[in-house]
Amino acid sequence: MRGLVAVLLAVITSMFCTVVTYLPEIGDVDTAPNQHVTPTYISRSAEDTGSPNIVTGVIIDYRGFDTMWETSVMFLAGLTTVLVLTSNTVGRRPEEEPEDPDEGEVIK
Amino acid sequence: MREPFGGLILNIAFRMLVPFTIVYGIYVLCLGEFSPGGGFQAGALLSVGVLLSRMIMGENAKFNVAGKTSVVLAGVGTFLYTFTGWLTLFGGGRFLEYDFMPIHMEPMHEMHAMAIFLIEIGVAVCVMMTIINLMDAIIKRGDEDGSSK
Repeated sequence: MRGLVAVLLAVITSMFCTVVTYLPEIGDVDTAPNQHVTPTYISRSAEDTGSPNIVTGVIIDYRGFDTMWETSVMFLAGLTTVLVLTSNTVGRRPEEEPEDPDEGEVIK
Repeated sequence: MREPFGGLILNIAFRMLVPFTIVYGIYVLCLGEFSPGGGFQAGALLSVGVLLSRMIMGENAKFNVAGKTSVVLAGVGTFLYTFTGWLTLFGGGRFLEYDFMPIHMEPMHEMHAMAIFLIEIGVAVCVMMTIINLMDAIIKRGDEDGSSK
């Protein structure tokens, strides 16, 4: 079983490594995002979103659903951290049992 | 942090600093639409204002937000974002489709700007209260550890 998992992981890793060479270079003007999406955002975001700031227009207007879950994830992560930090049982050392020096002598 | 660590010098220095920090946070929030900035950064700045005043003055600080209130307000900030999406549903559009905000304004992108501002307020409140929450939890834990010794 472990050998099978190792072979599968090796195959998947080599496939990923092969695919990386086919990725477009960063800043290549012939790729699809640079040909359609980016020029559209730059030319139309002011009149579409009413925001002179393109970044704000993209993250809140064009990609508003994404930012909504981003905020939710941040809220939930903060809430979980608070719950873990304020709970009395997680991550604490167990209380040391009070040593009773007389106990051993009684057994003797 | 039951006992603040501020002496006379820190008290007077931060008394000057805190209002400017909060005003700058509100500036970044309102101008995030036009310049670099926005909800996340504004929330961090506002929380710095609250935390500075609390660290110097302890529980008696003017800008203090108590523990349970900040948890509730973090949820309210997230809800405000979602509520803006619901507002466009009430206006007849799809979720987060800002053309259909219930209050009609004539150039179409004015409604977009209003929705973006509402959303940024929500994000700022959420970020601010989450940071205060984390600080609260760490301080509370430190107090408990200190008292058990």
